[in-house]
Amino acid sequence: MTTLALIARNRLALWGGIVLILVILLALVTPWLPLYPPNATDPSIKNAWFGEEGHLLGTDHLGRDILSRLLWGTRVSLAIGFASAVIAAVLGAAIGIVAGYFGGRTDNILMRLIDLIMGFPYILLALAIVAALGPGLMNALIAVAAVNIPFFARNIRGVTVGIAHKEFVDAAKLAGMGHVRIILTEILPNVVPVIVVAASTTVGWMILETAGLSFLGLGSQPPDPDLGSMLGLAKDSLITDPHVSYPPGLMILIIVMSINLLGDGIRDALDPRLRSGALSRPAAATTVDRRGAAPAFRDEGILEMTDLSTEFRLKRRTYKAVGGVTLAVKPGECLGIIGESGSGKSVTALSVMGLVASPPGVITGGAVYVEGEDTVGMPYRQLRALRGDRVAYIFQDPLATLHPLFTVGDQLVEAIRVHHRVSDKEARAKALELLKQVRIPNAESRIDSYPHEMSGGMRQRVGIAMALANDPEVIIADEPTTALDVTVQAQILSLLSDLRRERGLAIVFITHDFGVVAQLCDRVAVMYAGRIVEEGSTSDILRSPAHPYTKRLIACVPELGEGKRALAAIPGLPPAVDRLPDGCHFADRCPKARDVCRQDDVALMGQGGRAVRCLFPEAEVPGAPEAVPGPPVEAEPITADRVEAAQ
Amino acid sequence: MSAALKLENLTKDFPVGKRMFGPPRGVVHAVRPVTLTVETGETLGIVGESGCGKSTLARMLVGLLSPTDGTIEIEGAALDNADPSEFGRKIQYVFQDPISSLNPRKTIRQVMEAPLKHLHSMPKARRRERIAEIFDAVNLREEFLDRYPHEFSGGQAQRIGIARALAAEARILILDEPVSALDVSVQAQVLNLLARLKAELGLTYLFISHDLAVVEAVSDRVAVLYFGAVVEVGRAEDVFRAPRHPYTKLLADSAPVVGRDLKAPEGRETELPDPLNPPTGCAFRARCPRAVDRCAAEDPPLMEMGSGQLAACFNPVPEGEAAK
Amino acid sequence: MGSYILKRLVSAVPVVLGLTIVVFLIMAMIPGDPATAILGAYATPENVARINRDLGLDQPLPVRYFIWLTSLLQGDFGRSYSLNRPVLDEVWERFQATLLLAGASFVICSILGVAAGVVSAARQYGTADKAITFAVLLGISIPSFFLGMMLILIFSVSLGWFPPSGMQGLAYLGGGGFRDVAHHLVLPATALALVALGVIARLSRSAMLEVLRQDYIRTARAKGVDERGVVWRHALKAAMVSIVPVLGLQAGFVLSGAVYIEKVFEWPGVGRMLVDAILQRDLLLVQGGVVLVATLYVLFNIIVDVIQAMLDPRIKT
Ligand SMILES: Nc1ncnc2c1ncn2[C@@H]1O[C@H](COP(=O)(O)OP(=O)(O)OP(=O)(O)O)[C@@H](O)[C@H]1O
Ligand code: SF4
Ligand code: SF4
Ligand SMILES: [Mg+2]
Repeated sequence: MTTLALIARNRLALWGGIVLILVILLALVTPWLPLYPPNATDPSIKNAWFGEEGHLLGTDHLGRDILSRLLWGTRVSLAIGFASAVIAAVLGAAIGIVAGYFGGRTDNILMRLIDLIMGFPYILLALAIVAALGPGLMNALIAVAAVNIPFFARNIRGVTVGIAHKEFVDAAKLAGMGHVRIILTEILPNVVPVIVVAASTTVGWMILETAGLSFLGLGSQPPDPDLGSMLGLAKDSLITDPHVSYPPGLMILIIVMSINLLGDGIRDALDPRLRSGALSRPAAATTVDRRGAAPAFRDEGILEMTDLSTEFRLKRRTYKAVGGVTLAVKPGECLGIIGESGSGKSVTALSVMGLVASPPGVITGGAVYVEGEDTVGMPYRQLRALRGDRVAYIFQDPLATLHPLFTVGDQLVEAIRVHHRVSDKEARAKALELLKQVRIPNAESRIDSYPHEMSGGMRQRVGIAMALANDPEVIIADEPTTALDVTVQAQILSLLSDLRRERGLAIVFITHDFGVVAQLCDRVAVMYAGRIVEEGSTSDILRSPAHPYTKRLIACVPELGEGKRALAAIPGLPPAVDRLPDGCHFADRCPKARDVCRQDDVALMGQGGRAVRCLFPEAEVPGAPEAVPGPPVEAEPITADRVEAAQ
Repeated sequence: MSAALKLENLTKDFPVGKRMFGPPRGVVHAVRPVTLTVETGETLGIVGESGCGKSTLARMLVGLLSPTDGTIEIEGAALDNADPSEFGRKIQYVFQDPISSLNPRKTIRQVMEAPLKHLHSMPKARRRERIAEIFDAVNLREEFLDRYPHEFSGGQAQRIGIARALAAEARILILDEPVSALDVSVQAQVLNLLARLKAELGLTYLFISHDLAVVEAVSDRVAVLYFGAVVEVGRAEDVFRAPRHPYTKLLADSAPVVGRDLKAPEGRETELPDPLNPPTGCAFRARCPRAVDRCAAEDPPLMEMGSGQLAACFNPVPEGEAAK
Repeated sequence: MGSYILKRLVSAVPVVLGLTIVVFLIMAMIPGDPATAILGAYATPENVARINRDLGLDQPLPVRYFIWLTSLLQGDFGRSYSLNRPVLDEVWERFQATLLLAGASFVICSILGVAAGVVSAARQYGTADKAITFAVLLGISIPSFFLGMMLILIFSVSLGWFPPSGMQGLAYLGGGGFRDVAHHLVLPATALALVALGVIARLSRSAMLEVLRQDYIRTARAKGVDERGVVWRHALKAAMVSIVPVLGLQAGFVLSGAVYIEKVFEWPGVGRMLVDAILQRDLLLVQGGVVLVATLYVLFNIIVDVIQAMLDPRIKT
């Protein structure tokens, strides 16, 4: 959608735009309107009331027609406001881009200068400039533009630094482009939206400032009208003739408000994050919109999901991230969930405790039983009491998931005290104990560290300690080692494995790595496009995968110790979850797909914890259709003519 | 076989805590002297943990960073002024994050034309032809050319990145974690494409990754980086099967492998050394189970371990003791 | 922390020096003969001779700067010819009145602004949010001087609750005492606060929204922290890291807005003094006033930095 259409869709911005255009039109045609001359005095009708003697808005203390002065003044104020915004934006952006792109000493010197100017309360600087140049409209313009340059320069520099470090700028350098060309064709197009946003949100402010200088008598000089100086004069007779102040004051208000409304609309339309609605506040618990009754409790585990469905409802699309997941974990068991990015692993995990960001997330069906109690649609107070106490989470990136401003000790203490009435001291002793259990060396001194003072592996140990704080029954670990180096990963995995054994924990372990699953998990569920396509014991699935997807996924992951070789790629891409095909979701990539695969939903079939969602499985699964072994999964030799196009 | 790429004592220091005037507060030795040779037509894999200097090394090789010390020789010619356009015709870079390596406000055609225009001053008609050829080679449809980057999946964007590198007609490609942002099923597609292009066009690759299995699957030889220095080099099939350097062995033991039991391969200190305050002697000493007295005093140089494998260690893992 | 404060104070020295250079250069832009320009209407031959001697106006620019700087460091800011009194005395007296006005407004707008922003973010798209958003929009769109005038019309002229003007300056506090000052302060402080309040509320709202989507907020929820703890403890603390610098900037806004408000309410502050001095072309008074106030503002910003450092352990102290 085009930017203009986006702005127009925002009703307030639209109104702001319309009002602003009307005011601008009025200002443009002012010279041709049948008005009194703005500076013609008439001592016989001073301070006339609205409508008196043919003066629609009355007259001022010299008997000048206020309507005429208002319109002429609006012309001046608008012109000066916009001119200073343009000057400040262009100069500020130029400084910002140069400083941000070149960095180093150039940046240092330019930014020190900018800081210096920002070191003044801006009006002092403006006053100093006006003092030196003398009062007058042009000098006020220069002053307002000058004091606003730093704002643009800083803003644009920040954005430019971000862009200058993007890989496409490096690529441009390698493509032989020079600095000037890179600035003009790579940086500038990406910065322009920011400049526009910054300008549109500051024009109003600059109009206020120029009016302010005129109000003080430092801008436009008598007898020329501008909105600020009209207010300045009206102030002198405020108590006796207040009505003289209304028109200019309201006119400024109208202009600035319409500009601000429009500016906000422009900002919302140009800022990609706002555009996708990502800046909405996630609610305390995921919205539940469950049609139909909750599926019954099957008593298959301490954590049991049945037909769990979660979707993301965006403006025009609905992403069915999780489309009916049924799973169960028993105490002491480790269940792995494996799948590619976007297959819905995290959303499944977060749905358990209502932690999916909402909006836009909505749980639309199914049930999640924790010790027999359904958490879907559970009252918030009850759900909160379960979170961290019965079911705890370990997340992927420990730097982002620990609060940066609290010590790890405080965060552990909090985790304990939200569920147990214990003294601070007891909680701290417990926290220390936990840190020792996760084998943090020097726990006594580490307890007062902030997360940024620790290494990635240590932080993840803290994350694990926090999950253990209240002796939960279930731990859900969402790729807890993906952000870590292999050597650290090995330690964290062995720690988790030991803890599970010692404490009889039920663990749901999400990963995309078969090696990890093989080492840690008893059972595995393979997810594809929001559904479980295969489930079974780890050894069964690795030894004889039944779903064509599982089989190919295993084959395309290189394994250490097999030497140099070609890999068996899976052609194509997973389907987008807002446009899922009918029937089997894997059909487009499956070499065995037949027409019947694309007709109806394929059910997950099997028994005794081993199941597959395929009409023609690769291996025999009790309770599923008969196996129809497909073509062997073979890597094409390296010199094969063509790799299948990804489409 | 001639050397496509020859690095001699290549070094990069980064000053930290820079001041406007005067010396910086400290120095990080991101790449300690590295000496390596890549033969024409070879794939040299580089592995190491995050922060060990892989990307810094790679960026020096294409001129995006200027080395603090040492020389780079590409196809027999020394290049030491960090000028990417000078390098660009001989050596190109494929970035880790395929989407952010494409300017969101340029069409793919504009992206593809840049190297042809600026490196080879090709006329318009010829550019058109050339782009069509390259797109065919990487299995991208020509209709993609008029689209913008956000319309592509990671795998497609990475093919475009590869196509751009090919357009410069460089014969050496630095592949900096080219598949780690991709999903496994797509990763295999891209790896296979790279293998085929190499065979068809006779390219030389420097393949950087943190994933041992991927590196092993694509490389002829592998260099292991630790704390900014090469600690072991050898044939891909040997390095992880029979590592000689204790760090390589640690890496190989840590990699999760189906059918191997889970156990923490390391009981001792796990942190990387403080880069601002590097230890004396061998950088791996604090973590090394085989450390001997000499390790604290001297920094071990790369030494021949027999059968073409080099390791920087005074007390290497005995040859027979294979990775578990 | 002590050493950090010291470090910041030391690093303020070049900034203050820079400020004096900027002011000096601006003043050097004055067209025409500097002595007559500075003296304007008071350009008697004696005055011209004296100022030429005092400021070394016949010397080259750098020399002039050092002469000026040396006398500044000795506490000699020159004489105001229009008021016939040392610049320093006048500025200091006036600044106290401004400080009272701006300080009171700043406290009001910081507390209310942050609270409004937090409530607005916590109840995103709710009634409170919409009401606050609208009030904020009005606040940032209305000229403070017009708002002040309207407050006078309503609360002084119509209701007669507060005086429209007549604040005599702190030196004359004897008359009415604290109550009188407070009485005079209500309207101007309100007018001044409302405008900055809008900006602060807006920024606090967006800072809160930004923080509320962070992963560590999800972690807090996953631990079982209740919503109040999530918003007021976890989110607000993190948001303060980006709000505090904005408060520092807004102090500059409040100080700047005070110039208009002082005119509207005839408040005897430094802003009105500067405007009068410009109109009288009493440039030494302008120069001295700007340097002094800007220096105090630099010190204020150091306090802001220190607060920031106490809040955020990631800042190296
Ligand atoms: N906040 C959100 N708004 C809209 N869509 C979302 C949101 N979060 C996730 N999705 C969509 O839900 C689907 C499933 O995402 P999910 O994060 O569960 O995948 P995943 O299997 O955990 O992937 P990864 O391996 O990358 O972590 C994806 O298509 C994703 O785009
Ligand atoms: S159901 Fe059909 S298309 Fe789907 S995986 Fe099985 S064989 Fe392939
Ligand atoms: S040199 Fe010594 S410390 Fe370093 S890896 Fe070899 S044995 Fe270990
Ligand atoms: Mg995930």
